[in-house]
Amino acid sequence: MLEAKDLKSNDEIAWCPGCGNFGILNALKQAMVQLGREPKDILLVSGIGQAAKLPHYIKCNCFNGLHGRALPVATAAKLANRQLTVLVTTGDGDCYGEGGNHFIHAVRRNPDITVIVHDNQIYGLTKGQASPTTDPGFVTKFQPSGVVLEPLHSLQMAIVLGAGFVARGYSTEKDHLSWLILEGIKHRGFSLIDVLQPCVTFNRKNTHEWYAERVYKVNDDGSYPSGDKAAALHKAAEWGDRIPIGILYQMQKKSYEENIGLYDRIPLVEEPIENTDISGILKEFI
Amino acid sequence: MAHERTIKIAGEAGQGMQTIGLALCKIFKDAGYYLYANQDYMSRIRGGNNVFQLRIADKPVYAPRKNADITIALDRLSVDCHKDSVSPDGVIILDRDRFAVTEENILFRHIPMYAMAKEIGGSELFVNSLACGVLTGMTGIEYHGVREVLKRTFAGKKEEIVEKNLQAAEAGYIFAKTHFKQNHFTIKSVNAKESLLMNGNEAIALGAIAAGCKFYSAYPMTPSTSIMNVMAHYAKDFNIVVEQAEDEIAAINMVIGASFAGVRSMTGTSGGGFALMTEGLSLAGMTETPIVVVDAQRPAPATGLPTRTEQGDLDFLLHAGHGDFVRAIFSPGTIEEAFYGTIKAFDLSEKFQIPVLIMTDQHLADSYVNIDIFDLKRIKIQRHIISKEDSGLVKDYKRYQFTESGVSPRALPSWINEVFYADSDEHTEEGHITESSHVRTMMVEKRFYKKAAGLSKETENPKTFNIQGADCVLIGFGSTYGVLKEVCELSANRSVGHIHLPQVWPFPVAEVTGLLKNAKKTIVVENNAGAQLSKLIRRETGIKVDTSLLQYDGKPFNLDYLLEQIEKE
Repeated sequence: MLEAKDLKSNDEIAWCPGCGNFGILNALKQAMVQLGREPKDILLVSGIGQAAKLPHYIKCNCFNGLHGRALPVATAAKLANRQLTVLVTTGDGDCYGEGGNHFIHAVRRNPDITVIVHDNQIYGLTKGQASPTTDPGFVTKFQPSGVVLEPLHSLQMAIVLGAGFVARGYSTEKDHLSWLILEGIKHRGFSLIDVLQPCVTFNRKNTHEWYAERVYKVNDDGSYPSGDKAAALHKAAEWGDRIPIGILYQMQKKSYEENIGLYDRIPLVEEPIENTDISGILKEFI
Repeated sequence: MAHERTIKIAGEAGQGMQTIGLALCKIFKDAGYYLYANQDYMSRIRGGNNVFQLRIADKPVYAPRKNADITIALDRLSVDCHKDSVSPDGVIILDRDRFAVTEENILFRHIPMYAMAKEIGGSELFVNSLACGVLTGMTGIEYHGVREVLKRTFAGKKEEIVEKNLQAAEAGYIFAKTHFKQNHFTIKSVNAKESLLMNGNEAIALGAIAAGCKFYSAYPMTPSTSIMNVMAHYAKDFNIVVEQAEDEIAAINMVIGASFAGVRSMTGTSGGGFALMTEGLSLAGMTETPIVVVDAQRPAPATGLPTRTEQGDLDFLLHAGHGDFVRAIFSPGTIEEAFYGTIKAFDLSEKFQIPVLIMTDQHLADSYVNIDIFDLKRIKIQRHIISKEDSGLVKDYKRYQFTESGVSPRALPSWINEVFYADSDEHTEEGHITESSHVRTMMVEKRFYKKAAGLSKETENPKTFNIQGADCVLIGFGSTYGVLKEVCELSANRSVGHIHLPQVWPFPVAEVTGLLKNAKKTIVVENNAGAQLSKLIRRETGIKVDTSLLQYDGKPFNLDYLLEQIEKE
């Protein structure tokens, strides 16, 4: 039986003390223990940024690629070997900025992958510029008069695009986040978990204290209709005095792999290729 | 001199010239001729002027000629576009009832094509089948063969439509037979042996399938798109996933993801799309993920001439991607090289865990030639991975283990019992991020110098023809192969040799140096303005070639033009 210590990596963690990423790392490990799959069957794909370093701090297969490009890598790795449980750890800049187009189309495609966005509303690794999710008016060295762009409402966007699993977590709520991740993995298709993650160095607004006053679980009393798209859009828009966390929308639909008939065949990676016979095709060209 | 004819069908995009052109290829092939066909089309869906040009001969032919013996002009614009490229005894078939050509010209032959098509089929749409009948009638093909091929061409359409096409063709055939009795276009059939009729893109796609490619992802871009179409056509039969990516960046990253997970993967694009792929190319270099990328070149920069041809991406491909990493670049010049070269591209990419590029262009991509049936027995696929059986025994796996060859044993995730890390950052043997100068140096030497040393031993040798004692030697790569070969054969007044490079990187330094050392006069022929191949030869061998013959008008070299140029040199 897998235990949390089995998932420990020897890499030195390069995050700031107090970083919200630690909560996500711990929640992810907890989810994996509960998932009960072997680390060799789990693949973490990431791009660039602080969130993208996470796969190095946990003992699973890892592909740490380019800024914004985790989703196409993860999508195709899953297509090639559907026996892998594929997760993406990415940041708000990585996923919604640099990789925005891939995000849109990954949702449309609906591959069976789980995407955890470490959303700290700031560019940490480049030392404090606004990200696509930064609140308007937020002042940075690069935005000295405050951010004037509309924030990107990623959860609403995902719902509108047709994502089947849209959730928000909070890195300090480890057990809840761990549960969300597990539910995301179990959901067959694209699962988005946007995680509120305080950046203790560069985001002096959306701090641990700021979130502690506002965050509430969307379905504490079991009355929230998670399959209601209109309600989900409404809930996803809530941002200010109260910020909901939990599964905001869930609707099972066919995954990309199912839609292209991949589950009816052996995994692509198992296909023997040494004797691929194209003589039948050649006849069509005679 | 071969006995041959060149025929053209010209008209607007959307008039079905490609369908009928391909049918003509099959008719002539089945009738025992050798043929070469190329397409010149505009970047539009309807209108403009498109041409399907077909050369038929009693011996193998590989290149377009300057002039046509018979041109069928389906509209007025086609007359204007092509009346200056008619051979001395050639004709232009046109329909004076349909479009006003008031000028008299001894080349012109009137056929009321549109009225005949409408009378027979009830629609002018059948004019292309009628034109097909005219051409076959004029060149002495038996009607039976025409009928058989057209039946196959239109198979799947309603029986009534098939029948009307056949009737239109027959009417055209009979018209030609009764009105053009001189028969001077008739050429004799040589009973060419059973062969394949294929274009360059089809050969690349078939090569990929034969090589065991299981994942193809691309964003449609002329002239690479038909590779994707062919892959998709056979995807179900061979358990291949063909993915239309949202952009070229996604395409190459998908290919990397699929390959990382263990399947042979390929993408195809043209220069503009390849520009977007360069960061991914660098990622494949750093993560040592085998991928195959096809660049079907078209004239650039930027959007350039989207449907025309050029060989202007050589410099770009040599240097694409940031940083030092190893790559191989194939530059096939024939359908056979496109097919076997693609198979070898997969092998080398997996053997050295590197990106391999296949550089082709619109000219090769869209041109049809009948060729010998591929020798499938020649194909030996070797996986350069730890097999599933052996994977169970792997212990202390290091994805980037230092080795003598620079190539680390490649295990697949979930097949081995351990986990592993692949990283775009500089990394340790275990795949973890490092900033150690020592490890960095070792990794560069592994990825760059050591792999390069092994890879350079596997470069395809240059192909040579008639270079011993030749007055001048022509040097080319990629799609100029055919025209250069024929120039050598047809140069009457002097002895002309030919060196063709089916693989331009790693550059075959010793071989080319040896070949050029004693050459009397050297002429590099290339379809670009920058003399990119000439410069590469100079950079790698120190030899400055005597002349560069360059063409960058978007068209392939035609045989007659090049013959004239070589005579002048």
